[in-house]
Amino acid sequence: MAETNNHRKLRFHILRYNPAQPGDEPRIQTYELEEAPGMTLFIALTELREKLDPSLQFDFVCRAGICGSCGMMINGRPSLACRTVTKDLEADISLAPLPVFELIGDLSVNTGKWMRGMSETLETWVHMPETQRDLKRIEEAMDPALAEEIYELDRCIECGCCVSSCGTARMREDFVGAVGLNKIARFRLDPRDKRTDADFYELVGDDNGVFGCMSLLACHDVCPKNLPLQTQIAFLRRKMVTTGIS
Amino acid sequence: MKIIHTDVLVIGGGLAGLRLAIGAKRRGHDALILSLVPAKRSHSKAAQGGMQASLGNVVKGQGDNEDVHFEDTVRGSDWGADQDVVRMFVNTAPKAVRELAAWGVPWSRVRKGDREVIINGQKVTITERDEAQGLVAQRDFGGTKKWRTCYAADGTGHAMINAVADQAIADSIPVHERKEALALIHDGGRCYGAIVRDLITGELSAYVASATAICTGGAGRVYRTTTNAVICEGMGHAIAMETGVAALGNMEAVQFHPTGIFPAGILVTEGCRGDGGLLKDVDGHRFMPDYEPEKKELASRDVVSRRMEEHIKKGKGVKSRFGEHLWLDITLLGEKHIHTNLREVWDICHYFLGVDPVKEMIPVKPAQHYTMGGVRTDATGQSPALKGLFSAGEASCWDMHGFNRLGGNSVAETVVAGMIVGETIANYCDDRANEPSIPTALVREFLEREQAKLTAFTKGGGTEDASLIKGEMQDLMTTKVGIFRTGADLEEAVDKLQKLLVRSRRIGLRSSSPGANPELVTAYRVQRMLKLAVTIAYGASVRTESRGAHFRSDYPRRNDAEWLKRTLATWKGESDTLPTLAYEALDVKRMELPPGWRGYGAKDYIDHPDTPERQKEVEAIRARHADDRFAMQAALLPYEHLLPPGLRGRNERIDERF
Repeated sequence: MAETNNHRKLRFHILRYNPAQPGDEPRIQTYELEEAPGMTLFIALTELREKLDPSLQFDFVCRAGICGSCGMMINGRPSLACRTVTKDLEADISLAPLPVFELIGDLSVNTGKWMRGMSETLETWVHMPETQRDLKRIEEAMDPALAEEIYELDRCIECGCCVSSCGTARMREDFVGAVGLNKIARFRLDPRDKRTDADFYELVGDDNGVFGCMSLLACHDVCPKNLPLQTQIAFLRRKMVTTGIS
Repeated sequence: MKIIHTDVLVIGGGLAGLRLAIGAKRRGHDALILSLVPAKRSHSKAAQGGMQASLGNVVKGQGDNEDVHFEDTVRGSDWGADQDVVRMFVNTAPKAVRELAAWGVPWSRVRKGDREVIINGQKVTITERDEAQGLVAQRDFGGTKKWRTCYAADGTGHAMINAVADQAIADSIPVHERKEALALIHDGGRCYGAIVRDLITGELSAYVASATAICTGGAGRVYRTTTNAVICEGMGHAIAMETGVAALGNMEAVQFHPTGIFPAGILVTEGCRGDGGLLKDVDGHRFMPDYEPEKKELASRDVVSRRMEEHIKKGKGVKSRFGEHLWLDITLLGEKHIHTNLREVWDICHYFLGVDPVKEMIPVKPAQHYTMGGVRTDATGQSPALKGLFSAGEASCWDMHGFNRLGGNSVAETVVAGMIVGETIANYCDDRANEPSIPTALVREFLEREQAKLTAFTKGGGTEDASLIKGEMQDLMTTKVGIFRTGADLEEAVDKLQKLLVRSRRIGLRSSSPGANPELVTAYRVQRMLKLAVTIAYGASVRTESRGAHFRSDYPRRNDAEWLKRTLATWKGESDTLPTLAYEALDVKRMELPPGWRGYGAKDYIDHPDTPERQKEVEAIRARHADDRFAMQAALLPYEHLLPPGLRGRNERIDERF
C-alpha cells in the first residue's frame, strides 16, 4: 500500500449555503486540516465536520464508490468524493455542490428527486407482456455475452456527475441526460423489454432526449464508472434518426 | 400537525422494503416507503458476490436442491436458526431469482462447454452441460456444499436494487426520500405508524398506517471497523425496542467478514475466495488448510474470521503502521476473470489502496459485517408482541440466520422475506378488523414528545459532544465486543457503555442551524445506537457459550443443554441503562436437522437432552421415505402452510423437470 509521511496542511475551500437559514448568502469558507495517510475526501470531510464545523452538509452512504451519493465538484470537476484520495490533489482543494440539481445545503444536492423524475419520464423498467411468468419453472435462457453487455450498461450508479458536466442539461431543464439515455440503451438491449424502437422514439426522440445532446463528451469523460456514454448516445441517436424518418 | 395516511408504511428503501411494498401494492393496498436516502443508494447495493438459490444449473451445483440449501443454512447458523423459516426461505429463493430475472436483473449466465476454474489453488477444467447454456450461473461461496450463489459479476446487489427499485417506480409506489422515522406510534398493544423527521427541512410529521414494516438493514455502525454503509446505524432496531413492547432477538450475534480491506474496512466479496482466491500470511504461506482441512478458505465466515485473528496472534500477521493484517491473493485468477467477474473488487483496490489485484495481493482483516439480530418476528414476519408491526431483511430476527449467516443468504433473504411478508402484510390489511382507529391525541402526544427531545438538544444546556461519545462507543465495541469475547471484556464494555448512555442524555449542540442540521442527527442517533450497543454487549456477557459468530474464549463450547435459545431484549423505561432480557427456547423435538457438528470449526459441543431421541426419530423417518425427498421432508417438518399460496410448490431444475 502506498504510504506517505508527508503530513501536509490541506486547505479546503468549500462553497457554503444553507437555504433553510433566512438571509444566508452563498460564500466560500476555508478550513485547514492535517492530511493523514490514506485520507479520502470522505475521511477529511467527516473529520472536518466532527472537529471544526458541525453544520457542514454533505452526503455519503457506501463510502466505497458504489452508491453514487457523494458526487460533488472537486476542483471544478464532478467526481465521487469517497474515492478521491487527498494525496492525488494539491494542498488547496475546492469543493462545491453539483450544479443542475436542486441544492439542499452546502455540498448536498437532491439527485434522488431528479433521478426519480427521469425514471418516470423514460419508464426505466422492463416492460413485460401482461402474462405472469410461472416462477416455479426454469428461467428463460439468455446469451451469456448479452447478459454481460447489459450488465455493463446497468453499472450506472446515478451519481449525477454526467448531468452536472452537461451543457445541454444547463440549458434544458427536462433534458434526460446521459444517465437517462444510457438507461434507454440498456433497456433497448434487453430482450425481456418488449418495447420497440418506435416506443423508444416516443420517449427520447426529441431535444430533451437524444437530439438535445451536443456531443461535448464531458459526460463520457467524468463518468466514475467509465460507462461508454457517448458511444451509446451516438448509437441511439442513429437508431432514433432511422426510426424517426421511417 | 401534518398527518399522512397510508395502508402500509415501509420504513427503509432497500431490497427488503422495496420488495415488500411491491407485494402489498400488487394486492391492492397503498404502500409508502420512507428512506434516509434515495432507494438505489441503500446498503443493499453494496452486496457484491451474490444470492444463494438452489438452481443447480452449473455442473458444480448439480444435485443441489432445497434440502441441501436447508442443511447448509442450519449448519451455518450453528443451529440458532428457526428451521420453519429456513424451509420457507430455501423453497422461495429459486422463485425469487427467477422473478428478478424476469424483472431485468442481468444475472451472469452459464456458457456450455469447457472452462478453466481455480479450485483449492489448482487450475481445473470443468464442462458445463449443453442444456444449461444461458441459464443463471452459480459460483462457490463459504459454508455451502454446492455452487449455489447466483451473481451479476460482483455487482449483484447493485443489479438487484436497480431492477427492484425500478419495479417500485413502475408500480407508482412513492418513496419519501431523506425522511427518518424517529418513533413508532403505538398504544402498547398496536402500532399505528411513525413520527418522521424530514432530513432536508427538519420538520416533523406523522405517518399513520394499518401496518408498519421495519426494513432498515443492519446496525454495523455501532462498531468502528465495519463494512457497513454510514447509514447502517440500526435506527429501525432502536425505534422498535424503544416501544418497550417489541423485542429484539439475538443482538449479540454479530458477524465479522473475513475480507474487509485494510485499514478502510471496505468489503471485498467472498466471491474472491469462492472463485479460488487464497488467504496468505506474512510469509506468503496459505494458512487456512492448516486450521480447516475440510473447507479451508471456504469455511463459514465466523470460522474463517476467527482463524485469521488466531493466525495474527501467532505472529503471522503483516505489520503496518495501522496495525496487522493478512493477504488475500486473487492473482491466480488471472486478469480476464478479475476484470469481468471481480471488477468492483478491482475498482476498490485501485482507488482505495493503489493496488492492482491482478498483480498484487490485497491487505485484508476481518471487519464487522452483518447484524444477525433484529426485530423479533414470527414466521410470517409480524412482531408477536406489537400488533401491526412487521419486519423484513437484516433489520429483522425472522430468524433464518441464527448465530451466523452464510454468504449470499442475506441478499437472498431481503427479496424472499419481502415476497413473503409482503403477502402476509396484505392479508393483514385485507382484514377490516385491522383498520386503525387512532385518536389524534395519541399521534399528537408522540409528535410533541419527539419534538421535545429534539429541542432539549439545542436548548437543554447539555455539554456533552455527540461525535466524541459516538467515537468512544465505536472503539469500545470494536475492542471489547469483537470476534473473540471474554466475560471480563464484556462486563467492562457493558459498564462503560451504560456510562456513555447516561452521558448522552446531556448532549448539547454547538450548531443550531435550521434545516438538515447534521449535528442534531448525530445527537439523537447516538443515544439510540448506545441502547443497541449495550444490548449487544449485555446479551453477549450473559450468553456463556460459543455459538456461530458469538465466540467466548472463556466458554469455547457450544452449549445446547443450556443455550439453545434465542435472546429477547426489550427496553422498558426511558431512563433505563440496560435492556430487559428474556429467552425463547428452540424446540429440538420439532427440528428437521437436530444439532450436531457443522462440518467445519470446533467438533466440541454440549448436547441438548432431547437431541439423541430426536435424532433417532429423524433417522427412522428418513429410512421410511428414502426414495422420496419431498415425502421425507413433509414427514420431518411440514412448513408449506406457512407460505403464501403463490409461493408454494416445487422448483423446476435441469435434473428435476416437471
